Amino acid sequence: MKVDQSLPLEYSTEQNKNNILGFWVFLGAEIMLFGTLFAAYFVLADRTGSGPTGVEIFQITPVLIETFILLTSSFTIGLGINAMRKGNLKAMITFYVITLLLGLSFLGVEIYEFVHYAHIGAAITVSAFTSTLLTTLGTHGAHVTFGLVWGILIVYQLIKRGLTPETANKSFIFSLYWHFLDVVWIFIFSFVYLKGMI
Amino acid sequence: MDYFERFAIPHPSPAIYASMVAIGFTVIALIFVLTYFKLWGYLWREWLTTVDHKKIGIMYLISAIVMLFRGGADAIMMRAQMAVPNNTLLDAQHYNEIFTTHGTVMIIFMAMPFIMAFMNFIVPLQIGARDVAFPRLNALSFWLFFMGAMLLNISFVIGGSPDAGWTNYFPLADNEFSPSVGTNYYLFALQISGLGTLMTGINMIVTILRMRAPGMTLMKMPMFTWSAFIANVIIVFAFPVLTVALTMGTFDRLFATKFFTTTDGGMDMLWANFFWVWGHPEVYILILPAFGIYSEIISTFSKRNLYGYKSMVGSMVIISFLSFLVWTHHFFTMGQGALTNSIFSITTMAIAVPTGVKIFNWLFTLWKGNIEFTTPMLYSMLFIPTFTIGGVTGVMLGMSAADYQYHNTMFLVAHFHMVIIPGVVFAMLAGLHYYWPKMFGFMLNEKIGKITAWVIAIGTLLTFMPMFFSGLDGQARRMYTYTESTGFGIWNMISFIGAIGFTIGFMLIVYNVYYSIRYSPRNIGMDPWDARTLEWATPNPVPFYNFAKQPHVNSVETFWDSKNNGHELFPEPYEDIHMPSNSGMPFILACIFFAWGFSFVFSMWIPAILSTIGIFICMALRSLEKDPGYYVTVKEIKETEKKLRGVQ
Amino acid sequence: MKNRWIKLIGFFTIVTMLTGCDPLLVLDPKGPQAEVQAKDIMLSIGIMSFIVLIVFVILAYMLFKYRASKQSPDYKPPYIEGSTLVEVICVGIPVLIVIYLSVVSVDSNYKVESTPEKYEHEEPLIIYAATSNWKWHFSYPEENIETVNYLYIPVERPIEFKLYSYGPITSFWIPQLGGQKYAMADMLNTLHLAADYPGEYMGRNANFNGKGFTENTFNVTAVHQDEYDEWVNDVKDTAETLTEEKFDTLLEPGHVGQSTFNGTHLMFLPPPVHVGEEVEAAISEDDESQQNKN
Repeated sequence: MKVDQSLPLEYSTEQNKNNILGFWVFLGAEIMLFGTLFAAYFVLADRTGSGPTGVEIFQITPVLIETFILLTSSFTIGLGINAMRKGNLKAMITFYVITLLLGLSFLGVEIYEFVHYAHIGAAITVSAFTSTLLTTLGTHGAHVTFGLVWGILIVYQLIKRGLTPETANKSFIFSLYWHFLDVVWIFIFSFVYLKGMI
Repeated sequence: MDYFERFAIPHPSPAIYASMVAIGFTVIALIFVLTYFKLWGYLWREWLTTVDHKKIGIMYLISAIVMLFRGGADAIMMRAQMAVPNNTLLDAQHYNEIFTTHGTVMIIFMAMPFIMAFMNFIVPLQIGARDVAFPRLNALSFWLFFMGAMLLNISFVIGGSPDAGWTNYFPLADNEFSPSVGTNYYLFALQISGLGTLMTGINMIVTILRMRAPGMTLMKMPMFTWSAFIANVIIVFAFPVLTVALTMGTFDRLFATKFFTTTDGGMDMLWANFFWVWGHPEVYILILPAFGIYSEIISTFSKRNLYGYKSMVGSMVIISFLSFLVWTHHFFTMGQGALTNSIFSITTMAIAVPTGVKIFNWLFTLWKGNIEFTTPMLYSMLFIPTFTIGGVTGVMLGMSAADYQYHNTMFLVAHFHMVIIPGVVFAMLAGLHYYWPKMFGFMLNEKIGKITAWVIAIGTLLTFMPMFFSGLDGQARRMYTYTESTGFGIWNMISFIGAIGFTIGFMLIVYNVYYSIRYSPRNIGMDPWDARTLEWATPNPVPFYNFAKQPHVNSVETFWDSKNNGHELFPEPYEDIHMPSNSGMPFILACIFFAWGFSFVFSMWIPAILSTIGIFICMALRSLEKDPGYYVTVKEIKETEKKLRGVQ
Repeated sequence: MKNRWIKLIGFFTIVTMLTGCDPLLVLDPKGPQAEVQAKDIMLSIGIMSFIVLIVFVILAYMLFKYRASKQSPDYKPPYIEGSTLVEVICVGIPVLIVIYLSVVSVDSNYKVESTPEKYEHEEPLIIYAATSNWKWHFSYPEENIETVNYLYIPVERPIEFKLYSYGPITSFWIPQLGGQKYAMADMLNTLHLAADYPGEYMGRNANFNGKGFTENTFNVTAVHQDEYDEWVNDVKDTAETLTEEKFDTLLEPGHVGQSTFNGTHLMFLPPPVHVGEEVEAAISEDDESQQNKN
């Protein structure tokens, strides 16, 4: 494989450039995926049947904690990429590990939230509203879970193989994914929770 | 024994039992042949683990043809049932299963892999690349499609076929009204193959954007590559919608959620909306690459450049954009009001404009040409008039007030068959004859080919033109029978005769392949059609590395220029070629996906969880694996080229 | 080449002969809405035939004039980029046609979505049409009677069908009176029809809804107002009363043939809450009672 030294490590081979462009296209597909889920949510949000409405079930505290954690993790992974550009492997791994820990705590709060919903009679089978709410949140949560497993594999490879064009490429793509999940969460926060609480 | 009862067929018939036995024998025969001729290793090394875009293309092609016969058998059964009034060949339940399978198989498992076959085989060759951007992902795409197809097809013998129509409208498709597992099969088969299609979309976009030969700017890409590019952009934006809709449908059926239910706030038309937000662009995913193939063929056999290249590209871009803005025309009768209907009516008719531009450009490509009637050209020339009839009836259907009368009738069935068969199927057959020498190194017989083209074209008109009339006479689609007093008999009889014509046509294709394998000459050189684009600058059949040297491109028809205008196609010296190594992972992963889908279809939770874990383990292994590929040395390349071209 | 023309001419002769004997239902309208639609259909068939003809003529000309066997063996076709003028014509004419058809289409949309102009001054008859697998239940709230699988309607009077379904989506269609509309479980749709002439018309569900779909039909009898009134009185005198238990047995999946009842099921099983845009206001007073259903 030809390595072009003039470019950042993650862009340094043809395959790396392909991977990054491919991932951007994939994110385009992901936008459609979440866009469709949001569309379903907007259509079904008021169709609560005999179940509870959004105002009745949403709690502000866990949602604010989740938002704070996820935004912070997006920042720490940015620091990780910054460290990678500077060639500081140790700092990079540290920031990646912090990101993953934040992701894990986000997931913890989200699981608490889901259990709470089930407890107060807003399980996924109750109404069109709860189905679409929990499917949208669940899809995001599943993405975070997938990201955690993926992130662990990447940190493992960074420790094992150091910074090579391949590992740099993978780490960079992972950071794109993580930022994307953050953006999706901002939409969920604004259009599901805030809109639902008013 | 209770456990196994779920696998039984809910509505058995002698035909299904006979098929079970036939499938059993075929599998045994296949295993015997493979073992007897010691072909297991060959199969594994050369096909199951291959990442070569050409071999993957050929596997898509074979699957598509097999599925064509599967869907065709359904079609002939339907036409036979409808041929005379009060026929009892099939009962309502079997008829429902058959038209559901026919639609699903033909769109998802026949037309899609057919265009995938050509995109895989041709696009890298046309842009001067050695493979696609992600060869292993490409193999995974194929195997996911293949396993999806297998999953749908075993529904026939294990558990029961889907029977809610290929559009699978809820709440009809919900547990209450479709209690058999058939609809689960539908949901999972489409989900799995849809994942594969989405991956192909990403793969092809990156390939076309990043791997073109030096000198090939976007506006110097051959028309087929352009059409493939736009089709794949549509794939990336349309398929996630299907993914979500299928997931919601699956949740409704398996986990009792309330998306499309009749109670607890569920909304039945949400499914229809999502389905068609995907479904209408899907039509253009199929037809645009077909248009690309016609463009190549018409230009080649008119011995002229394609007329209006820029407007061809422009019209495809406009079509792709409009294709996302017309979905409600599939249910003008939903009651969304005159205003909404008017808007969608206008956007629908607007698509006729760019499509018309393409038709006229093809006609003007013939102008001042030197037209040679080969089989591919004959298909293309039969396509233009028949497709025009199908296309203008589309404009008629787009007039929403009148659509209240066409909707759900045979008129609609006639329209979309008159569009898809000339538009897609003729193109695929034309492409099959055109690219056959590139794929297999010999040509299909021209005489049999031309007879076939005429038979199929006449079959198309005979089968589908009468449906326009029976539709206007009040015959609803999906009726399994009718009484004599309705007067539908004559139309359906003509259709049945046409369907027989079709059958003969497809038999002739099989015969042609057999005949040509036996008698066709093998020394055809690299350019048997005197073609114009880069894929013909490789030997027939193409070596695994495609181009021995990196080609340099100067125009849309760079190969033609190298033959006639002194353009130097290969100015560079030989270099070592980097190639990706084979991998069994895509095949294994797809097999696990099959098990995953099958477990969910029957709600078997333990295997479902195990196979989910299996999928993640495969992905983790892939992440950890180092995949450096290998190099083909200059010496090897020279030897291969010498063997293929004779001299070099 | 010859084959094609012989084939096409032959085909169209057969078609004209066949259509000559017996008019196609949709093109033989018996009501104002179907008439609007039939006119649109004939108009678009005319324009579209013209386009098809142009394409056929150009194609035939090109194939005849420029086929290789007519050219000298060393003829080399020129390189032609494309011309703006030609493109403008190829875009312009279809655009004009589409604009014209759009105007017609929009106009007809509003016509078929409102009370037929001809009978605007007549008081509309409201009929609730509901489907269950695989039957039609027709309720006449004004007359307080209900029929199954057959309809009696007065001619020369607008009729508003309120459509909904106890199950899968169905589509209410009487080809000779006008186009179809969906009946759905969670929404009430309104279809405006009227009959000009007395007669028997075929009606059916056009949207696939499972095993019994093919037989999911009903008969429509259009009669003069006085005859209609007579029929209503007759039903009131003779038909049995529709009870909730009776209606529940009717809802069971299956085919039941035709029957007639005193009273309607609207009393104990009201239609869905969500309503199509235009009729929302008219029915909103019913909302209270309908909440109970969910």
